[in-house]
Amino acid sequence: MYRYDQYDQQMVDTRVAEFRDQTRRRLDGHLSEDQFRPLRLMNGLYLQLHAYMLRVAVPYGTLSSAQMRMLGDIADKYDRGYGHFTTRQNIQYNWIKLEDAPDILADLASVEMHAIQTSGNCIRNISSDQYAGAAADELVDPRPYAELLRQWSSFHPEFLALPRKFKIAVIASETDRAAMLLHDIGIRIVRNDAGEIGAAFYVGGGMGRTPMIAPLIRDFVPLDQLITYAEACLRVYNRHGRRDNKYKARIKILVHEMGKAEYTRQVEAEFAHLLSQDIEPPLAELARIKAQFADPAYETGLADEIDLANPAFARWVASNTHAHKAPGYAIAVVSLKPVGGIPGDASADQIRLMADLARDYSFDELRVTHAQNIVYPHVRKADLFALWQKLNAAGLATANLDQIGDIIACPGLDYCSLANARSIPVAQKISERFAANGKAEDIGELKLKISGCINACGHHHAGHIGILGVDRKGTENYQLLLGGSEGADCSLGTITGPGFGEDGIVDAVEKATDVYLARRESGERFLDTYRRIGMQPFKEAIYAKESVDG
Amino acid sequence: MKILTGNDLRSGAVVWWDGSGWSLHVEQAADVGNDGDVIAAREVAARTVVSPYVIDGEATSAGVRPAHIKERIRALGPTVRLDLSLKPADPTAGDWVI
Repeated sequence: MYRYDQYDQQMVDTRVAEFRDQTRRRLDGHLSEDQFRPLRLMNGLYLQLHAYMLRVAVPYGTLSSAQMRMLGDIADKYDRGYGHFTTRQNIQYNWIKLEDAPDILADLASVEMHAIQTSGNCIRNISSDQYAGAAADELVDPRPYAELLRQWSSFHPEFLALPRKFKIAVIASETDRAAMLLHDIGIRIVRNDAGEIGAAFYVGGGMGRTPMIAPLIRDFVPLDQLITYAEACLRVYNRHGRRDNKYKARIKILVHEMGKAEYTRQVEAEFAHLLSQDIEPPLAELARIKAQFADPAYETGLADEIDLANPAFARWVASNTHAHKAPGYAIAVVSLKPVGGIPGDASADQIRLMADLARDYSFDELRVTHAQNIVYPHVRKADLFALWQKLNAAGLATANLDQIGDIIACPGLDYCSLANARSIPVAQKISERFAANGKAEDIGELKLKISGCINACGHHHAGHIGILGVDRKGTENYQLLLGGSEGADCSLGTITGPGFGEDGIVDAVEKATDVYLARRESGERFLDTYRRIGMQPFKEAIYAKESVDG
Repeated sequence: MKILTGNDLRSGAVVWWDGSGWSLHVEQAADVGNDGDVIAAREVAARTVVSPYVIDGEATSAGVRPAHIKERIRALGPTVRLDLSLKPADPTAGDWVI
């Protein structure tokens, strides 16, 4: 994985010193909150519902054991013994003291981490496929391109005051595991008919109050023009994006209102101009980065067989492992969704244990997924049982990946000052309901996502089943959506009808899954059945008269 | 009644104006009437509190209770981690929020 060079380290260390001074001046009264707020936000420090909250960047979700261990230590030393992994592959701490924040940033810098650009109207953490560099189905490892974009976008003076925040995802497989089409810019690394590697650009996707799927604006950008093209996309947005209305300020609104054709025309014109300005980093820099993402030293001659005699282990292997490109290896996923648990939360001890296990079983590497889980990207199949035993002893071996209990949920009103309703209790009740009724495995793949407000941090638009919490005259109310997908078959969910109370929404979800179980055809996922039979059978079941309590 | 809340500048903890200072316990919040903005400005200048604002509250037999659920969750702590709330020993503390 990528290691900082002297410039990276110097930039991060300088920022820590700068923020330490800014914090001192805030505490001694030389800076007002109005002056300090943008400075702390540039360093990922929010004032949230209960306290200051620090969001730490995990570039494209990749972590070393040492970095993961530091995240656990910070949870103990400065927070309340846990952290929350987010849908942007980051981690958040909920109980930070302002006077501790510079020390936390210094600790992070000691392991090549920071919280820069995890807030504000700038280019945020670049996200990617959590199986990058390991998946059997990828064209190339997308992370070197994500890293190149990270370096380009970090402190980019032209793009630190965009009309609104800006999110980029990079993938390199046909299977989209990063919700790429729901980003401001989605980049898919592709091979053209001539056999050359390049990038397809999708621009103007997003969730929030106006969800949109990003249209393809260019199917092939040569690799030695990747940054130049991204710069052109941002420049046109920065020039024309609306600053008068924050709800219409994202690039998706610009592309929609300007029209894909006109936006693309302007990007191409800007691109042509920028090509004459020679702003592209030399390919030697990309080569330098790529060298740091070389495959680990896989053993050869390993057996592919796994002893599945233990039924619980067999279930975990079936649901929580994924095909690896190297014979004898597997990708293993730790679900941070125990039955009745808080999606994405992990204790300091669990975080440190996951770090140790990465050192012992996965070439010192972990990934954070946008679904709020943790990945061991390179595990010998022969080691899976030992890994599972240690995870199981720590409550980290829930076998539910991509099942209804593997719920994405934003922090909701329990933690977030923007939220209108709580997300976590609904997630807990649903996971408990489906653990008790035993239907989860039979249902199979069903991606359920919950947001506590229209900002959609819980990706409810993209859930096979989505839930949106709203405030109805001071009471929490939950809308149900069906038919969303974040994958290559990207689609946006449709609201079923009137909302429900907290218990009613759990009943409604079960009724929807019962329709699926009754109507599914061979091989169909919940989403496939919904797409085949449409909304009406679900509505009829969900709104049978006694079920509506909202 | 009108009550004044904000966050402690240094710790970030949710605090409530009790008539003479800031309390962690909303039950002790004072009715600030029309004086909330004046108190808030004075306390911001004194660097004790950050981002103060006035909300609606109601007097109950158990003390002051914020009118809106969001403020009740701010007052108690996360309902899903009562061990981290102001009433970690009370398993029914979440009922007060709802």
